[in-house]
Amino acid sequence: MARTPAELVGARPEPPFEITFDDRTITALPGQSVAAALWGAGILAWRTTRGTGRPRGAFCGIGQCYDCLATINGTPNRRACLVPARPGDAVTTQEGNGHAELSV
Amino acid sequence: MLTRNTSDVIVVGAGVVGAACAYYAARAGLTVTVLDRGPVAGGTTGAGEGNLLVSDKEPGPELELALLSLELWRELADGLPDRIEYEPKGGLVIASDQAGLAALRDFATRQGGAGVTAHEIPADRLHDLEPHLTSGLAGGFHYPQDAQVMPALAAAHLLRSGGGRIRPHLGEEVTEVITGASGEVRGVRTVNGEFHAPYVVNAAGTWGGELARRAGVELPVLPRRGFVLVTEPLPRVVRHKVYAADYIADVASGSAALQTSPVVEGTPAGPVLIGASRERVGFDRTLSTEALRRLAAGATALFPVLAGVRVMRTYAGFRPYLPDHLPAIGPDPRVPGLLHACGHEGAGIGLAPATGLLIARWLIHGQLPMNTEPFRPERFDPVP
Repeated sequence: MARTPAELVGARPEPPFEITFDDRTITALPGQSVAAALWGAGILAWRTTRGTGRPRGAFCGIGQCYDCLATINGTPNRRACLVPARPGDAVTTQEGNGHAELSV
Repeated sequence: MLTRNTSDVIVVGAGVVGAACAYYAARAGLTVTVLDRGPVAGGTTGAGEGNLLVSDKEPGPELELALLSLELWRELADGLPDRIEYEPKGGLVIASDQAGLAALRDFATRQGGAGVTAHEIPADRLHDLEPHLTSGLAGGFHYPQDAQVMPALAAAHLLRSGGGRIRPHLGEEVTEVITGASGEVRGVRTVNGEFHAPYVVNAAGTWGGELARRAGVELPVLPRRGFVLVTEPLPRVVRHKVYAADYIADVASGSAALQTSPVVEGTPAGPVLIGASRERVGFDRTLSTEALRRLAAGATALFPVLAGVRVMRTYAGFRPYLPDHLPAIGPDPRVPGLLHACGHEGAGIGLAPATGLLIARWLIHGQLPMNTEPFRPERFDPVP
């Protein structure tokens, strides 16, 4: 039977809370990054690339590669692997640079 | 003696000016060794925005060089890969008040006599050109000839396009220019060995003065520091190169103190580049929060939309300037076989092809195809 990282380290986190990803409600634990919460819910991609619209999610997981950019509470280009999840956060799929509304 | 380290000409500096010198020399049939102590575009070229401008230049020798260069960039863009991001997007110079607009009008009229096209844009039409521009400006001038290129990629592709006649050696610092019995150039010594050629072109940019010293001559090239702010990738929010009229005065100024004037432009990759600061502080790379603060304030005053956009990073570069703000281009009569192609200050990307062409013409024909008197490298020598 698969054991979770939380079990492996004997973690006893505070009670979970909910965030949303597009139209879904998912559960996050205190201290989890947005990327970890998305992964925990089986979501691997939350952005499309600027040029060809290919899917992207977490790659390095430590804030270096900028692949995991997401729109969080309306602000695009947040690194999901570094942003701690907070109750009620609204994460939305970021398309391209996430600033299409500024285009002239 | 013919060895693998022998060529027709040695170019010192793998920035855009050195790359253009190598490119045109190779196109003329010469074999070219390009030496740089760092990587391609590792100095000022890599820190530039890639401006190909006529809008900021007074009538005179630099403007003539810029106009020739603009034509050459257009030709190069046809032959080099699209990845050099050549964009003939035009410039827009903004005046905040009527006095500034009148000064721009006078400037544009004088430029018109020298072959520069400029159209006055009244205040109520500025937003047709730049929808995100702030309101309340007095007006501006549109310069359709201004263009942009991605300088590091342009330098790299110029070096690649020499038809096999360009041999770049990176990580090779030139320690000495080797001369013969009558003082003529025979090659250079580097930390790793020797390279031989009858001509050496000093395209070392801001470090051109140091290379000149290693050849035994004085060339007073000095660094003028500038910072650039790079925003997160955006869709096209700024269409032209947009800058405030004060920029022209700052470029021409000889002051050592920090000067900033907003210069804002988009890039094909998405980030908006924000300049421009100028200060004479030697080769000090220390981050200046004051310079960055003023750049950000200037840019958001012109384009309020940028206040809601994040800056990803910033970098500094050192413009190579000579005391009269003109480059040094051509043969150095003090050392036969030594040529200079440096000191282009903030205009090196724009002026690179014309500089390269002039150097190549001299190497082939022994003369320069235009009046280059104002660019003579020995012009700073004390008059005996």
